[in-house]
Amino acid sequence: MTVLGIDIGSRTIAIAVLNERGELLAGHVADSGPRPLERAREMAGNLSSFRRVVATGYGRHGARADFATDLITEIKAHALGARHLFPFCRTVLDIGGQDSKVIRLDEQGRVVDFIMNDRCAAGTGKFLEVMAQGLGLPLEEIVAAACTSDGEITLNSMCTVFAESEVVSLLAAGQPVGAVARAVLNSICDRTMNLLLRLGIEPPVVFTGGVAAIPGLPAYFARRMDLMDLQVPSSPQLVGALGAALYGIKVKKATG
Amino acid sequence: MTDYRKLWSDLGMDLEKHDRLTSALPLIYEEVYLQQPERPQAMEYFDLVVAEIHSLRIVELVEHRRRGGKVCGAFCVFVPVEIIRAAGAVAVGLCGGSQFWVPDGERVLPRNLCPLIKASVGARLSGTCPYFQSCDLLIGETTCDGKKKAWEVLGEYAPVYVMDLPQMKRPQDLAAWRGEIELFLARIEELTGCRVTPGRLAEEIRLQNRLRQALERLYHTRKADPVPISGKDALLVTQVSFYDDPRRFIDKTEALVAEVEARIASGQGVFPPGAPRILVTGTPMAIPNWKLHHIIETAGAAVVCEETCTGTRFFEHQVDETGRTLEEQLQALAERYLKINCSCFTPNSGRLEDIFRLVEAYQVDGVIYYNLQFCHGYAVEYYTVEKALKEQGIPVMKVETDYSEEDTGQLRTRVEAFLEMLR
Repeated sequence: MTVLGIDIGSRTIAIAVLNERGELLAGHVADSGPRPLERAREMAGNLSSFRRVVATGYGRHGARADFATDLITEIKAHALGARHLFPFCRTVLDIGGQDSKVIRLDEQGRVVDFIMNDRCAAGTGKFLEVMAQGLGLPLEEIVAAACTSDGEITLNSMCTVFAESEVVSLLAAGQPVGAVARAVLNSICDRTMNLLLRLGIEPPVVFTGGVAAIPGLPAYFARRMDLMDLQVPSSPQLVGALGAALYGIKVKKATG
Repeated sequence: MTDYRKLWSDLGMDLEKHDRLTSALPLIYEEVYLQQPERPQAMEYFDLVVAEIHSLRIVELVEHRRRGGKVCGAFCVFVPVEIIRAAGAVAVGLCGGSQFWVPDGERVLPRNLCPLIKASVGARLSGTCPYFQSCDLLIGETTCDGKKKAWEVLGEYAPVYVMDLPQMKRPQDLAAWRGEIELFLARIEELTGCRVTPGRLAEEIRLQNRLRQALERLYHTRKADPVPISGKDALLVTQVSFYDDPRRFIDKTEALVAEVEARIASGQGVFPPGAPRILVTGTPMAIPNWKLHHIIETAGAAVVCEETCTGTRFFEHQVDETGRTLEEQLQALAERYLKINCSCFTPNSGRLEDIFRLVEAYQVDGVIYYNLQFCHGYAVEYYTVEKALKEQGIPVMKVETDYSEEDTGQLRTRVEAFLEMLR
């Protein structure tokens, strides 16, 4: 019997299927769409084939009421997933569609502290999406564009909506797209750095969530933030679902 | 059910708007309060008070004024209600705890201001709070810049008197505060036309001490494991203490305490033994602000104490009852009220001592620091509190929010993750 972990986020849903030994049998990510719970159930497939279904993410309560057997928060899920992939991980940086968070683990991998952005999209995937749109660039190209410039423009706005108008004004004032893209990335880096510094950076740091999947972005972050040993999983968007599934195996072991 | 529309329209209220306000409350109350398992029987009284929050007590206020009495509204735990009552007036608490009033407050106040101030001013401007409408005098204080300036705006709509609270606790500050209390006494005497006698003041000092002791006894029961009463219920009782007739409130709270003490004796609780125990510290929660407590308690932890103005800050420390002259009594009042550790003071190390003492006494597993958005004093003070608690290995998390519901999902995630960390 297998265990399913399902991470229902604001932008994407990820699922991970593990066998009893904790080996990943299947994992994939899809857009949440307008009805994330239905989508999640579809993606889960035949529920009776799983020993447990563990939900995490924004939609975990809905999934628990509907079809999941357990739930854990995305904090715990990312901690479990990151630790599984990088056994010495002591800090997790997770940047998702609407949240960015830093999680500190002790030597045993237990969560000892965490910090999350307040009710605001600044520094999240949503922020990057909106800025890319303002720049007229696909999200995948934003880092490459930024690397064409070594300018030092700064975005002053904290608010996503205001920052978007700032991007538009900078472009209208004749600033090159690359320089503005760079300003956007630096703004999200600085904000992330503040979160990291508030909690203290204990290496190794593992970078998870959708933003870590943007081509070139983890390397850009690592350079800008001087985090040379920033670890990035091959599928950063799967880490939450993986953590949820790992929790399912642990619970199963504990309860028999 | 009695129709109170005449009562409300006589108070100059906006009935249509008021209907919208009162139609939402029963639904929220049902979800937050009435679905709790194993509630003490004696909570029925407090349910009634909330169900009739704009009627039963208002009838009493109207009756009091019909007989020539005055009503004073206060916003803060620093206002010495003993003096108001000794002059024959009724004192009611006026904090605004609902998002409903925020847009009306924002008509005259900046958006980037704490929701409590915006809601209070909005409640007056919208004419939908019968307590505001019943007040002959509103009593402000200088506990923060936002309030201090808001009183000037509010003063255009209603009579306002402001007490100047010192921001330090040196001997000269105590002397200044004592002077403020004397001025306050004179203003209240002028309002009511009654002299405050040492006999009357002694009576009110004793009464308010009894009220504080009743709350202290209730809080004491929350030290038990399993906890015999929910944090939501205890918070509600404290919130009601600001509005209710003090004698009736004391009787009902003492009855509740007796019932809850019997539960402790029989090992009965509202959460399973060993459930995580949370201390909430920070800014006040005015009716109907039950948001954070509801999130914490539906996530499986018990709020066992509030180090807030709607918690221990309101009722800790009694006024010395031995004073025989007005001089002695005013000094005793000044001393007691200046013991409150509000973040408006600098330094405010007393608050840290309070938090550590409460963490110990209530066997707290984690501290949640509640900050109403844009309340700068408490927001800045988090730095000191967080550092001190973490040095002692006590888990702490700050939650900054307002009265709206849009961040509930995110708050739930943070609270649940905090609890996962404690377990």
